[in-house]
Amino acid sequence: MPGKLKAKIVAGRHLPVMDRASDLTDAFVEVKFGNTTFKTDVYPKSLNPQWNSEWFKFEVDDKDLQDEPLQITVLDHDIYSANDAIGKVYIDIDPLLCSEAATVISGWLPIYDTIHGIRGEINVLVKVDLFNDLNRFRQSSCGVKFFCTTSIPRCYRAVMVHGFVEELVVNEDPEYQWIDRIRTPRASNEARQRLIFLMSGELQRKIGLKVLEMGGNAVVGYLQCFDLEGETGLVVRAIGTACTLEKISTLTSASTTHPSNSSPSKDMKDSPQAAPSTLGCRSTHSSPVHSASSRLSQGFSVSVPTLLFAGMGSGGSAGKDAGPLKALMRQQTQSALEQREYPFFTLTSFPPGFLLHVGGVVNARSVKLLDRIHNPDEPETRDAWWEEIRQEIKCHAKALGCHAVVGYSESTSICEEVCILSASGTAVILGSRFMQDGPLDTDHRLSRQPLVFSTGAERVEGDMGSSISLGFEEVAPPGCGFCHIPYDELNIPFPAQLTNCYCCRRYKVPDVLFTTIDLPTEANITGKGCLIQARLCRTKKKAQGEGNATAISNLLPFLEYELHTQLMNKLKLRGMNALFGLRIQISVGETMLLGLASATGVYLTALPSPGGIQIAGKTPSDITYEQHISNMQKKINDTIAKNKEIYEVNPPEFVEEVIGSPIPEPRQRSRLFRSQSESSDDVSELDLSYGKKDAFVLEIDDTDAVEDIHALLTDFPTPPGFYSCNTEIMPGIQNWTSAIQMFTSVRVFRLNNANLTNQGLNKIFSELCENLLKSFYFKLRSMVPCCLCHLNFTVAIPEDELIQVAVTAVAMSFDKEQTLENGRQSGDKTLIKAITENDEQLQFSLELNAELSSPNPLSSTKGLSDVSGSHLSARAHSVDYSSFADRCSSWIEQLRLKAHIIRRGSVKTTSSLEKASPLPEGRSRSLRRNRSYSGSSVAVVKMTPLSLLPGAKIIKYLGIINMFFIRETTSLREEGGVSGFLHTFIAEVFAMVRAHVAALGGNAVVSYSMKECVFMENPNKNQAQCLINVSGDAVIFVRESELEATSVQPQSATTQTSNGGEGT
Amino acid sequence: MSVELDVFVGNTTIMDKEVFQLWLNGYTVSDAVKVRIEGGIMEECEANAEVLLSDTMDQYRTFQMCERLLHHPAKLSNQLLFQIPPDRQAMLIERYYAFDDAFVREVLGKKLSKGTKKDLDDVSAKTGIMLKSCRRQFDNFKRVFKVVEELKGPLVENIQQHFLLPDQLGRDYAAIVFFASNRFETGKKKLQYLTFQDFAFCAGQLINHWTVGAVDNMMDDMDVDLDKEFLQDLKDLKILITDKDLLDQHKSLVCTALRGKTNVFNEMEANFKNLSRSLVNIAAKLINAKDVRDFFIDLVEKFIEPCRSDRWTSIDVNLYLTHYTNSAHILDTFKHHGVWTRYMGVIKSCILRIYH
Repeated sequence: MPGKLKAKIVAGRHLPVMDRASDLTDAFVEVKFGNTTFKTDVYPKSLNPQWNSEWFKFEVDDKDLQDEPLQITVLDHDIYSANDAIGKVYIDIDPLLCSEAATVISGWLPIYDTIHGIRGEINVLVKVDLFNDLNRFRQSSCGVKFFCTTSIPRCYRAVMVHGFVEELVVNEDPEYQWIDRIRTPRASNEARQRLIFLMSGELQRKIGLKVLEMGGNAVVGYLQCFDLEGETGLVVRAIGTACTLEKISTLTSASTTHPSNSSPSKDMKDSPQAAPSTLGCRSTHSSPVHSASSRLSQGFSVSVPTLLFAGMGSGGSAGKDAGPLKALMRQQTQSALEQREYPFFTLTSFPPGFLLHVGGVVNARSVKLLDRIHNPDEPETRDAWWEEIRQEIKCHAKALGCHAVVGYSESTSICEEVCILSASGTAVILGSRFMQDGPLDTDHRLSRQPLVFSTGAERVEGDMGSSISLGFEEVAPPGCGFCHIPYDELNIPFPAQLTNCYCCRRYKVPDVLFTTIDLPTEANITGKGCLIQARLCRTKKKAQGEGNATAISNLLPFLEYELHTQLMNKLKLRGMNALFGLRIQISVGETMLLGLASATGVYLTALPSPGGIQIAGKTPSDITYEQHISNMQKKINDTIAKNKEIYEVNPPEFVEEVIGSPIPEPRQRSRLFRSQSESSDDVSELDLSYGKKDAFVLEIDDTDAVEDIHALLTDFPTPPGFYSCNTEIMPGIQNWTSAIQMFTSVRVFRLNNANLTNQGLNKIFSELCENLLKSFYFKLRSMVPCCLCHLNFTVAIPEDELIQVAVTAVAMSFDKEQTLENGRQSGDKTLIKAITENDEQLQFSLELNAELSSPNPLSSTKGLSDVSGSHLSARAHSVDYSSFADRCSSWIEQLRLKAHIIRRGSVKTTSSLEKASPLPEGRSRSLRRNRSYSGSSVAVVKMTPLSLLPGAKIIKYLGIINMFFIRETTSLREEGGVSGFLHTFIAEVFAMVRAHVAALGGNAVVSYSMKECVFMENPNKNQAQCLINVSGDAVIFVRESELEATSVQPQSATTQTSNGGEGT
Repeated sequence: MSVELDVFVGNTTIMDKEVFQLWLNGYTVSDAVKVRIEGGIMEECEANAEVLLSDTMDQYRTFQMCERLLHHPAKLSNQLLFQIPPDRQAMLIERYYAFDDAFVREVLGKKLSKGTKKDLDDVSAKTGIMLKSCRRQFDNFKRVFKVVEELKGPLVENIQQHFLLPDQLGRDYAAIVFFASNRFETGKKKLQYLTFQDFAFCAGQLINHWTVGAVDNMMDDMDVDLDKEFLQDLKDLKILITDKDLLDQHKSLVCTALRGKTNVFNEMEANFKNLSRSLVNIAAKLINAKDVRDFFIDLVEKFIEPCRSDRWTSIDVNLYLTHYTNSAHILDTFKHHGVWTRYMGVIKSCILRIYH
């Protein structure tokens, strides 16, 4: 199916000087797609050439459109010698192939050279005409939408979630081809960049084909990774979740958002009997029938959750985890899922009703020796490896009585010829609503309503982080369903302690819950969450080949076990009982293994309160020793108490009831056995259980444990005003402002001391991470109160004795004053405060004052919600509380916006005054030249690793951004050393991402991530090289206040639209 | 164990005003860390020296990367590498182009050449401003000078346009450029009591009244050069001192007007011929570039010092100059009213400014 790609080269600016003699450049441009190349004329002697070329037209197959990038090369014309390349721009035209994404690429894009970095910018226009947009292609999959976001994208609803899609493509790495010895570094880098662009395109196309086969139209949670295997090749692999998405039309969502937002909370208030039954389906449409049916299914499976932490080395099997447990014959959903090869989902947050019960984390690793890939077209070995791992995950999930795995991800760590493949996810039981082949019995009612439900769901999700969540804690239903265990109470797959759910008291829940997903929006929590990290270093002997692989696989279980122990201890130390977003990374180097587990700890109201930590000495012989122990015990108790205060983990009220509950006090504690020392090599001796034991006891009979406790207590507390988490949004904080700051930080540590013990290494590694966090808190101190969200640590061992930690996260400020509990009251207060401020600073106090002075401010709100078509007028009274609070917060947002604009406006006026002000003595002269920068200021592009922007609504997804860059230097010292080099490179990558998003017409990147940052240096040769791979979703967002201005507050609409430039 | 590499890059470039100032002042990273520690930031933010060092290094690197953009401020707003909010951009530019009065006094009127740059270590030692900072300030002067030198049109506006400087700073730079291009002597001991702002004020007066652009804004000429024609015409004023009758007449007119209005009338009367001769001689000599350089020293030596030794107050000076200027117009045989007004207007405001 052919298509026509059109490109026009408009102009260049800030070009480098290529001709030393004239200090100018004779630039021209080559535009290449596939094997066709066009050239512009030479624009002589200018650093700001205006080519204004004709439209270059490429008539190509749409398979090529998907695979190939448009390649733009800027060159300097030279009469006597070869033309010098200035740099290149690769444009991924995939976003143009989908009718719902971008329609044109137009804007200034940085010209990039792998040796010199960004060298000026070029203004281009790119369009695509697809001749036949029918669904009958074989080779191509144009029109399938891709999202990095791991939830249903904000302006879509899921009609169907089809399931797991995966693909990998393999090629030889140009860097390791023989020809590399004779070509320049630049040529090698460019070959590599181009190849990876091609492979990514091909991969995406192939995944798209699979999606079409399944009947879907989109991939959500698309995760693409590179394995730079070195000699053996280059693997690009991707996983994702195929879905059928339906766009929610922007107009209706804009106008109806508010009334529907307020309805759920309202409902809850009105009908308390609905609260315990609805499973997070907070919607006006939730009928009693629905809740009954969901209860029915719950009743069938005796629920309560726990964790399973099945860490496997190579060849290690699930062993006791995969006990003789027969999967419960649960609803038909299961059979539907079982028909699939892998019932995996890369999503981490879900529409309500999708997730029924959570089992625990499932995890599989395997150590492989890399061998040459003989036939790149049939990458059988790599496929087989992953298949193995996925099967294992599937088994683990089954062992937990679960039929699906969510929050699923895969990763690798490569050192020389050894490769660790890892996969992890959360075993769950899913509701059938979004499943294919939905069953037609009890759940039928549910499955017939998905559209209605998902509409509500999208709203709720879409507005998280804004005012919508106001009053959440007050009115939300218990939201404990997902905590109930999915497995059989009598046949627990691993020793765990079950209690009756603390919310509904009906079903069993485990004592702790570990998951890889985000906290479900409907979940009931107490207090706030926090980042919890377990860090571990293990030395390993240098070895080759199989011996090495065996040594590593022997070490892995210990590593996982200790990470787990640490996580558990730290969780208890914070008085919390559940982990979300758990991500365990194991990195392999020549002489050590690094393990880093990050998660966000929370206190789930449904789960029992965690017991304390008790220290026991084995041989309490002398008094000083006793003293020492009691000192430590005291310290620990103090820390727990302090943490409870910091995170506002107040024991819930029904704790008193617990005393009367059948669970005896001592059994609330669990015992922790330390692993034997490293010499122990018998894996089966490991006791992964905690539940059997009576108390959670740390025995400090060996030095290791002392170290452990020490490590436990040395975690630096977050400074006041800061919170941190690695999930999308901090549980327990709702009133975000729109101020965000995304950042990437990289640190490399050299371990000079060759003979470090495990403890020494641990300490260093732990300090490295802690210091990094401290640095963030310091740097972002101006944003307080704020939360570092989606803290994503990536560790690597680039060389012997080097540890690299890369972090990408976003800092988001929130309003402290606006408390949620009494949204209305404080809302009123803030409103008044805002107005007084308003009087002082702003000119349009009139309209707001008028509103305030109206005797009943609620009446105006009511009127407005009626205007916006709400059918809730009968119950409008209670609606008003939340919607009024909503409005208050949005007013404040608006005021802030206005204030900002006015401030800017006044700056503008003064500057124009400056310009116009006649010189003394009335000597006026006309300006003979316009300011050279006028009108060309750069549009602001926000970046965030989250799938949402606080205080804003995403109105359009423009396509996926997936970019790969290589930068190399042979003048490391001159570029400011390794730090200077990398600093520039990361800034350049940001700049290129922003420019491409702006060219697509977007103003933000969401779900941004830096998936690869491979840094290599050779200071002796004054050289360094770095590879970075980033991805995200380009979007257009609109400030919520602006939306409201048009839909809810028509009177201020004019002000808002005239100020609409804010987003740019 | 050592940190080999340490970077932090924000989507919106984070720049700390305080660190930026330290960087501008020429502090090394370790000195800057010391200053910050002494400022008590560690207690405030629960940081430690390590964190502070890492942050300072990062900021310094960012500033270094930004510096080349700051050399062409217009580029800062349309570059893509750093996402900096407009108010931050303005702050960066303003602070980068800000200078120390002590420093500028040292180089004001000097040729902005390599030779002067070489002597900056002396300037640094004398003023206590770090050499790095001196170099930046000097380079700023030179850069502005180079760009504006070639441009036509009003000097202040050209500077403001090209360097996006706020009003006052733009005027100051205009003064610096003007002084550098006319090489006014400002370093003599007798001129030491004058501040940069005194000179800047005078420069403003000269630019606005004595340059080519001052009379004809259609002329595509520069503000940097004094109006040659005017300087030529100034020679005609000599008649005021060469013509004995005119001189006496002028004196009696001024004295009549001044009588009883000041405590130093006698001194004024006694000195009238001397002072008048000085002022007219300064005017007549301005046609020679060398004498232009000595303009300020002449004013101080020939006019201000005599007045000062006679203990005139600045009110007295004002009074005297007003009548001195106005009376000339009443003289029958004096024809050069235009030139006289143009000359004395500037002289009067300059003298009043520097008489302290």
